[in-house]
Amino acid sequence: MNIANILARKGSMAVTVQPEQSIREALALLERHNIGALVAVQGDRPVGILSERDIVREAARNESFFARTVGDLMTRDVITGQPPDDLLTVAYTMTERRIRHLPVVDQGRLVGMVSIGDVLKAQRDQYQGEVDTLQTQLLAGEGGQPR
Amino acid sequence: MTPTTGTSARPLRVAIVGAGPTGFYAADHLLRNPEVVVEVDMFDRLPTPYGLVRLGVAPDHQKIKFVTNAFDKVAASLRFRFYGGVEFGKDVTLADLQAHYHQIVYCTGAQTDRRMGIPGEDLTGSHPATEFVAWYNGHPDYRDCAFDLSQESVAVVGVGNVAADVVRILCRTPEELAITDVADYALEALRKSRVREVYLLGRRGPAQAAFTNPEVRELGELADADITAIPQEVELDPLSRAAVERSQDRATLKKVEMLREYARRAPTGKSRRLVLRFLVSPVELISDGAGRVAAMRLVRNELYATSTGALQPRATDRFEELPVGLVFRSVGYRGVPLPGVPFNESWGVILNDKGRVLDPDTKQPIVGEYAAGWIKRGPTGVIGTNKPDAAETVECMFEDLARGAVLEPTRPEAAAAEALVRQRQPNYVSYTDWLKLNEIEVARGRAQGRPRVKLTSVEEMLAALGR
Ligand SMILES: Cc1cc2nc3c(=O)[nH]c(=O)nc-3n(C[C@H](O)[C@H](O)[C@H](O)COP(=O)(O)OP(=O)(O)OC[C@H]3O[C@@H](n4cnc5c(N)ncnc54)[C@H](O)[C@@H]3O)c2cc1C
Ligand SMILES: NC(=O)c1ccc[n+]([C@@H]2O[C@H](COP(=O)([O-])OP(=O)(O)OC[C@H]3O[C@@H](n4cnc5c(N)ncnc54)[C@H](OP(=O)(O)O)[C@@H]3O)[C@@H](O)[C@H]2O)c1
Repeated sequence: MNIANILARKGSMAVTVQPEQSIREALALLERHNIGALVAVQGDRPVGILSERDIVREAARNESFFARTVGDLMTRDVITGQPPDDLLTVAYTMTERRIRHLPVVDQGRLVGMVSIGDVLKAQRDQYQGEVDTLQTQLLAGEGGQPR
Repeated sequence: MTPTTGTSARPLRVAIVGAGPTGFYAADHLLRNPEVVVEVDMFDRLPTPYGLVRLGVAPDHQKIKFVTNAFDKVAASLRFRFYGGVEFGKDVTLADLQAHYHQIVYCTGAQTDRRMGIPGEDLTGSHPATEFVAWYNGHPDYRDCAFDLSQESVAVVGVGNVAADVVRILCRTPEELAITDVADYALEALRKSRVREVYLLGRRGPAQAAFTNPEVRELGELADADITAIPQEVELDPLSRAAVERSQDRATLKKVEMLREYARRAPTGKSRRLVLRFLVSPVELISDGAGRVAAMRLVRNELYATSTGALQPRATDRFEELPVGLVFRSVGYRGVPLPGVPFNESWGVILNDKGRVLDPDTKQPIVGEYAAGWIKRGPTGVIGTNKPDAAETVECMFEDLARGAVLEPTRPEAAAAEALVRQRQPNYVSYTDWLKLNEIEVARGRAQGRPRVKLTSVEEMLAALGR
């Protein structure tokens, strides 16, 4: 299974902001879409990622954090995934590097975002399915004919 | 006052489109809910149920087909009906279903193949594996396909489990095949096969090959085909070695070990040879001058790590030519759009969020329409993987019912739906009819020491039912 299989059942694209937008606007977007991170883009190219944590960190030490811009607080060194990346590797990299949200790009263009939760759920469903299928094969023969 | 939907006075009426594993898992999940009374009508364009379990799973893999016993239990519910031979978009439309059901779930699978996108792909002798698979399994739409098995050299592109199925069927002896439920006409054609060399071509290395270990092991145990691989191609490159050592993924370690053992094997004089190749991509199919495949041009690949660390292939400037007269591309299946249902071209699936079909303009859920299985997430995963997938969709359906977000059909009675189907497709096949067909197939098989002898045309099936 790969990233494309996760994006296929996630209707929404990643929610994006421009680096010039204010943190106030970014918070409104996070709230409206009930999500944990935004991808900052220039055109359709991701240039940063802004997570709720980035905002909390700033809010803890700066009363006037509302007025800062996305560009000020975002992480610029974004790790991005590609649709054919396999989930085993992606899960490893996300957990090792403590990445919760992975923007996905195809030929430099943002095509979606997957969260660590999405990746782990897809893996769990895959394993659960494999176990179920193996059980069927092992129990085969206990009554009835195959079709 | 009208009673609440989902009670015995007014059951929740659900149409499931597609009778593959996903359709049955969805039906099971719907019918099991202790709080909601659900009635399920399941439609399939074919008279026979089970989707790819009947028409995809290889004939020499009978054990996995026992999963259908569980499907029959679902179908035995008094609140379940099967309408076989009824195609969505042709015999019944979206508007028809909206007039008769509160909810519709599309479980139509992936009905076509992906292409390689290389010159020569459409030469005579180049086929999608999907067609070959459907043909040897007796799919009524593919029984008239023809494959030139007089060719001695065949290439199968892709190293997934479907590719493994295809090479096994090409390499098996008539005796091995004769005890399976392979379609009769295919058995005859394969008996006459002159195929001697089968190449299985992976674009990445052995550690990235998609086929699973039981399938790899089987390839090394064929009665009359020697397996071999090229030693340099099954040695891990530094990137793959690092990845395998880091993850310590047992299955991958075992797979690579088996493949290396194949590379060391000496030929034992069997009449066929199966050659596993890695790190090569076809770049062109070369014509014999008369429109037939005569050879395949391959480029050697190397691997590079993407930013997540996944290893992907990159072409080098080294090429080679492989003389082959028959090519099967097994590079994945692809979903097809259904009339009136939003489609996501990027991934070849119905546009959905966790199974709720979305309006392409607003990206908001469309009331009453859902998707599950391969048409929801793409063509990957074994049969069982569709169970949690279908459960996720059905949970969304129950949530929406609780919010009152269901269709308001004008004729929500089982009898009205049946009358509609009868009018549109008088020859529809019920589950009872199917169980009769099943008995006929099994009886025909018993006489020949086979699990069954399949009926492979709709006419034959209807005739067997006395129509
Ligand atoms: C060649 C092959 C071999 C496989 N072997 C194995 C194996 O050995 N073990 C394993 O665990 N998994 C195997 N798989 C995977 C497994 O078959 C799939 O995971 C599973 O079948 C997908 O289920 P589905 O119900 O989503 O789709 P499908 O099984 O494809 O079912 C879709 C159904 O929808 C129907 N349909 C389509 N369009 C319409 C329409 N317009 N109107 C009405 N009906 C329609 C089709 O006729 C079909 O019956 C194999 C897959 C392939 C391709
Ligand atoms: N026995 C079983 O349990 C069984 C049998 C059959 C099928 N299934 C399941 O059904 C699903 C579908 O199987 P599948 O074999 O169709 O799909 P798959 O497992 O995704 O394999 C597709 C193969 O095609 C290759 N490929 C894709 N595009 C290519 C290109 N342009 N050029 C060269 N190679 C290309 C892939 O290589 P990359 O990896 O490099 O992309 C991969 O090796 C799988 O989940 C499979 O496990 C199970």
